[in-house]
Amino acid sequence: MFLTFLTFLPIVGAIVVALLPKQQEGAIKQTALAFAAADFLLSLELWRSFDVTTHKMQFEFSTSWISSWGVNYHVGIDGISLLLYVMTTFLTMISIIASWGVTKHIREYMMAMLALSTGMLGVFISLDMFLFYVFWEFQLVPMYIIIGVWGGPRRIYAAVKFFLYTAVGSLLMLVAIIWIYFIVKEQTGVATTDLLYITEHLNVPLDIQKWLWMAFFLAFAIKVPMFPFHTWLPDAHVEAPTAGSVILAGVLLKMGTYGFFRFNLPLFPHASNEFVPFVAWLSVIGIVYGALVSLVQEDLKKLVAYSSVSHLGFVMLGTFAFNHYGMQGALLQNINHGVSTGALFLLVGMIYDRRHTRLISEFGGLSKQMPKYAICFMIVALSSIGLPGMNGFVGEFLILLGFFQVDGMITAIATSGVIFAACYILWMFQRVMFHELKNPKNMNLKDINARELITVVPLIVLIFWIGLYPKPFMKTFDASVSHLITKVDPDNFRPSKHKKHEHAALIGEAELAKLQKELQGK
Amino acid sequence: MLLNLTFLIPLFPLVGSIINGFFGLKLGEKKVGLIASAAVLLSFLTTILVFIGFLMLPEGEHAFKQTLFTWMVAGDFHVNFAFQIDNLSLVMMSFVTGVGFLIHVYSTGYMHGEYSFYRFFAYLNLFMFAMLLLVMGSNFLIMFIGWEGVGCCSYFLIGYYFEKKSACDAGTKAFVVNRVGDFAFLLAVMYIFSIFGTIEYSEVFHAAPEKLIFGGEVVTIITLLLFVGATGKSAQIPLYTWLPDAMEGPTPVSALIHAATMVTAGVFMVVRCNPLFNLAPDTMLVVAFVGAGTALFAATIGMTQFDIKRVLAYSTVSQIGYMFLACGVGAYTAAIFHMVTHAFFKACLFLGSGSVIHGLEGEQDMRKMGNIKGDQPITYMTFLISTLAIAGIPPLSGFFSKDEVLYHALTDGNIILWGMGISAALLTAFYMFRLVFMTFHGESRVDPSVHVHESPKVMTMPLVILAGLATVGGLLGIPLFHGWHLLHNWLEPVIHFDLASALHHSEHLLHEAGRHAPVWTHLLVEKEHNVWLEIFLMLFSSVVAITGIALAYIFYVKRPDLPDKLTEGQWGYDIVKNKYLVDELYDDTIVKPTVEGSKLLWKQCDARGIDGVVNGVARIIGWFSDRGKAFQSGFVRNYALFIVVGFIALLLIAI
Repeated sequence: MFLTFLTFLPIVGAIVVALLPKQQEGAIKQTALAFAAADFLLSLELWRSFDVTTHKMQFEFSTSWISSWGVNYHVGIDGISLLLYVMTTFLTMISIIASWGVTKHIREYMMAMLALSTGMLGVFISLDMFLFYVFWEFQLVPMYIIIGVWGGPRRIYAAVKFFLYTAVGSLLMLVAIIWIYFIVKEQTGVATTDLLYITEHLNVPLDIQKWLWMAFFLAFAIKVPMFPFHTWLPDAHVEAPTAGSVILAGVLLKMGTYGFFRFNLPLFPHASNEFVPFVAWLSVIGIVYGALVSLVQEDLKKLVAYSSVSHLGFVMLGTFAFNHYGMQGALLQNINHGVSTGALFLLVGMIYDRRHTRLISEFGGLSKQMPKYAICFMIVALSSIGLPGMNGFVGEFLILLGFFQVDGMITAIATSGVIFAACYILWMFQRVMFHELKNPKNMNLKDINARELITVVPLIVLIFWIGLYPKPFMKTFDASVSHLITKVDPDNFRPSKHKKHEHAALIGEAELAKLQKELQGK
Repeated sequence: MLLNLTFLIPLFPLVGSIINGFFGLKLGEKKVGLIASAAVLLSFLTTILVFIGFLMLPEGEHAFKQTLFTWMVAGDFHVNFAFQIDNLSLVMMSFVTGVGFLIHVYSTGYMHGEYSFYRFFAYLNLFMFAMLLLVMGSNFLIMFIGWEGVGCCSYFLIGYYFEKKSACDAGTKAFVVNRVGDFAFLLAVMYIFSIFGTIEYSEVFHAAPEKLIFGGEVVTIITLLLFVGATGKSAQIPLYTWLPDAMEGPTPVSALIHAATMVTAGVFMVVRCNPLFNLAPDTMLVVAFVGAGTALFAATIGMTQFDIKRVLAYSTVSQIGYMFLACGVGAYTAAIFHMVTHAFFKACLFLGSGSVIHGLEGEQDMRKMGNIKGDQPITYMTFLISTLAIAGIPPLSGFFSKDEVLYHALTDGNIILWGMGISAALLTAFYMFRLVFMTFHGESRVDPSVHVHESPKVMTMPLVILAGLATVGGLLGIPLFHGWHLLHNWLEPVIHFDLASALHHSEHLLHEAGRHAPVWTHLLVEKEHNVWLEIFLMLFSSVVAITGIALAYIFYVKRPDLPDKLTEGQWGYDIVKNKYLVDELYDDTIVKPTVEGSKLLWKQCDARGIDGVVNGVARIIGWFSDRGKAFQSGFVRNYALFIVVGFIALLLIAI
């Protein structure tokens, strides 16, 4: 019940906010923040009492919902969803603080933010396909409204594009869910949409697995977004208000990568293995393509948006490595991207608030005028390019290490993303923060203020914490990833097992051990 | 136990950096300088204590490891945040902290009155921290933290004057070019892990001869990748272009980072990984030729530059080339020896040039200098000593180290390598004395409004100490008699390599795989140490150095009109002067196509292609909806018509 309470607390907050009179803006903001903060703090308790030694669902709760269809309200959390859940409550809180300056329809804005939070949290805990689908569609609405009402000049186009893109993907997912429902009903005689039951009992031939896999893939790949389904993202980011961008990058995209972990891999392990080259190539193209297109952007937010395409390419690559390094790296990189890119959007939002433009050419030399801002920005920028000692490196390295075991060439291409990342971030940073302060409009810019610092500093702390001591984060993944690997291990689907270390040495492991024994004997 | 103090060595500068970074503005110049210098001094003193502790280790123990905490864990991948103290890291730590301290002291004078003084020292301390991680780490990833960390600090410091566009460009360029090297380094680390299942030095190097086949593909690829990483950090062909531009940074930075310490990290890395490189003769050949080639190539450019710091920058590139030449022929001691002596004399030269620039109120063009030896006597003397050292005049330090490199290039390498090395030595003597003569001798071309003055004591004292070290540094490796070569004996445990046993293992590995091992016996022939050859080579290179100096004397003191006459209208000279147009080549073939291509991707592929499809689909659906709209006209008679038509259609289908 605790999980349910945590998940629905924000929407209760939304209702409370709705009851407040419109004029009391202060009270509205404070109430919203109180609910978000409470939710975050309580979710930390979830993390504290989480048992890292088991892959089993924890804080599980199940009750019948639509009994005639076999639909349950079944929620629970495991190592794959725990940190995403906590990050969602955390970023919701940060976003509400970052939205202090919103003036237009503040009450409705806060309601939308809180409702959005419940929608996202629901996605990460649903253990029933139908329930998952409901939450998945539900969170679209508040986000659509946030972009469409509080967005920039082309907000309607962006909001509709965002909505339709996602809806098209999720419709196919719905078809797949219904298909699975009937397959399971036929095979086991049990009519249910319970995910855990289905994961255990679903048994379909490879060709049908592939069709189902594709349907889920499309839904999640659009959300991630993977190349070439990414074009909704730059538009949505550019038009969304700052907090919207933070949530979009920090949480919404993660729903896509999470979907692969929860659906594609455990439900269709064989098909997943078949599609490794396909996903790997799309990811690598995304990594390089996103980075290159980022390089030439003129709008700061667009630059960050395309960089997300590149970063999420890494996450997908790690997910499909099917080993500990890659998958744990991918899960950690989910968090890292939320932290770093979230911080980048906050920082871009700050200068947008001051200057009402995001064009790189409008800036230059801000370091002199805003030294504290410059330090924050520099740290976040460096974390985004994966400097060792900061969060991004740990995730990226593990991902690359993981996929290196699968294919060295693809990994080499993916690693080149590290070079391009340095190019686009540093070049942007130089043009915005360095050089002479020439533009008279920038002469009187105020440095970062206390409220803004409150939003960024926790993220900076996380950047170093994860970078230097990622263990508390990593160990939550371990058991769940191990369990998942036993399902998707490529060796399960190979006729012989000798392939694994073929490039490692010219001889096999066993032979080598034998040889060493002989040598020692001599 | 003294060795347990190890972790303090990098910690002091880190703390110094944090204090100065956060509170520097309030502390004021004096305290900032004091804190920063003291932090490095403490590191240096602790290094001495650790050194003593290391000497007290029982016989047979050659390394001490201190593990602080577990950094990354995923499955069986396990990385500790740990330091390894051994003979090699101690050499590095000693000279990094020692030279680093002198440069910190010098900087308190040089940066006096500078805008955001504290920022400079925060970066400089942070650099020391990263550099120490680099040399002290006990596995490849801790080295990589330091490796990228020093690159990052170098980026900050090159772009220290961030209002200057050229400085920012140089900083970004340095970072990006280094990243190309880091990319290869990362791949090498992944490859190493996938073969050894660990990235801890001790385990990897121990298992290397048993798991890798001598000259095999795997070890060749790994070492080549590592070497590409080294060329980035150590400014070798083809990734050297960032270093000359890096001279945009304040001069003490050039001395510390871009001469004495960071840029030699690549050499350190190769020496550290010598158990791998020893197994890859093909890579070694590449290393040797890239090193010798860079030594010669950069020296030719050095002859044509007029900016005092740029001459020194090319000289640095060239000297690091010597170190790689030594590595490539397996003379790791010679590489480290030259690295240490180079740190002394090149730091002294850079700081000296800083003193000149300081005395001339910011002038860096040698054409506007001349005859200032009387005004800056201490700077002049120390500069001259260091120049003699780099030119290879006995008995100064550079003479011994360079000769050792050249001797090994001939005996363990081949005559072509030696020829490239000795030619570079001739050019070095020439361009360095060209610099001395143009700066300190001849007629004064100094702007009359400038009052030339000697630098304050805080700047000249480090110069004197460094010049002293440049003089006596050769004692570390007295040639001819093996027993006297201190450095060689000291490094022996790290660079010890049993070729016979490695070949034996490889033969077994090959046989197991059902392949024949090639004939390797010729590799095992023991080479005699030829004392007479060494003496001859020493004499020869001394003559070469003196020739170079004499030529410089003729060109720049006796007949200062000659250079212009000889070079005028010579297209060959113009190309060299323009640095062989390599920067332009990279710009045209890599940078511009990437940017233009990316624009194309964005505008054509993204906006037109993908979005075109997306919006196109939307438009098609919209078009159909528009047509469909006509049916909902609201006129009852239309609906009646549709009903009739539909009814007839159904009837027809039914029949």
